[in-house]
Amino acid sequence: MPLDLNMNVLVVDDFLTMRRILKNILKQVGFKKMEEAEDGAQALDMIKNADPQFDLIIADWNMPKMTGIELLKAIRADPELKHLPVIMVTAEAQKSRVLEAVQAGVSNYIVKPFTAETVKTKLEQVFK
Amino acid sequence: MDAQLINPFIKATLNVLETMAFMKAAPQMPFLKKDNVAKGDVSSVIGLSGESKGTISITFTEPCILSIVSNMFGEAMTQIDDEVMDAVGEIANMISGQARQALEGKGKVLYAAVPTMIKGKDHTISHKTTAPIMAVPFKTEHGDFTIEVCFED
Repeated sequence: MPLDLNMNVLVVDDFLTMRRILKNILKQVGFKKMEEAEDGAQALDMIKNADPQFDLIIADWNMPKMTGIELLKAIRADPELKHLPVIMVTAEAQKSRVLEAVQAGVSNYIVKPFTAETVKTKLEQVFK
Repeated sequence: MDAQLINPFIKATLNVLETMAFMKAAPQMPFLKKDNVAKGDVSSVIGLSGESKGTISITFTEPCILSIVSNMFGEAMTQIDDEVMDAVGEIANMISGQARQALEGKGKVLYAAVPTMIKGKDHTISHKTTAPIMAVPFKTEHGDFTIEVCFED
């Protein structure tokens, strides 16, 4: 699927700071439709009830209620949602974590701290 | 505490501030801390567990953190409000993540708890252990900040 700037994007992070930084970068890239959730549980609820559907999920790893990796596994286990691109943005740079995310079917992985350029490159890798 | 353990935290701090806030900081001479009082106006503390138990904290002076968060958000922040407090926690989170990645490369696997944030003049920081606390002050052109790292050997 090619990158379309009219896509609906959901940014999931328990820290307002990171949601704000990511949304600023997505705006710079040209995205127009962005929503946010504070944890995996809220995100999953929003994803299941979205109309039109979200086209891209960008999620942190460490969050209360439902973590990012749990959210990713729930999305991949749902026949209606399993095709959704999920990019994880996390301070967890340890190899074991990256491997776990890859095994769970993550679309791409961004390690904090990151530049706007890194986010753009990772998006381009997902939407070729 | 093994003094080598402090280096990944210094490197991570410089990297996080330069990448997310486009700010260069100059680390000063590390020292052993004798009390619990924070030399700044706002702090974040993260508990570490795994192969060692410890704590990392970062304390900013008000002008320093306002300048950092203004750069991160691309808009002027004028007071330490909830948004700035949130940013202090995320900065600590990123430093902890980067430093833990480097320590894993040295064979030391650590896990981090959720950051807590504290503000106010002369507030205190409780490190979870009774081990010595290593402090590293940093200078920036907008003010100073200090990181503290404490590990049980």
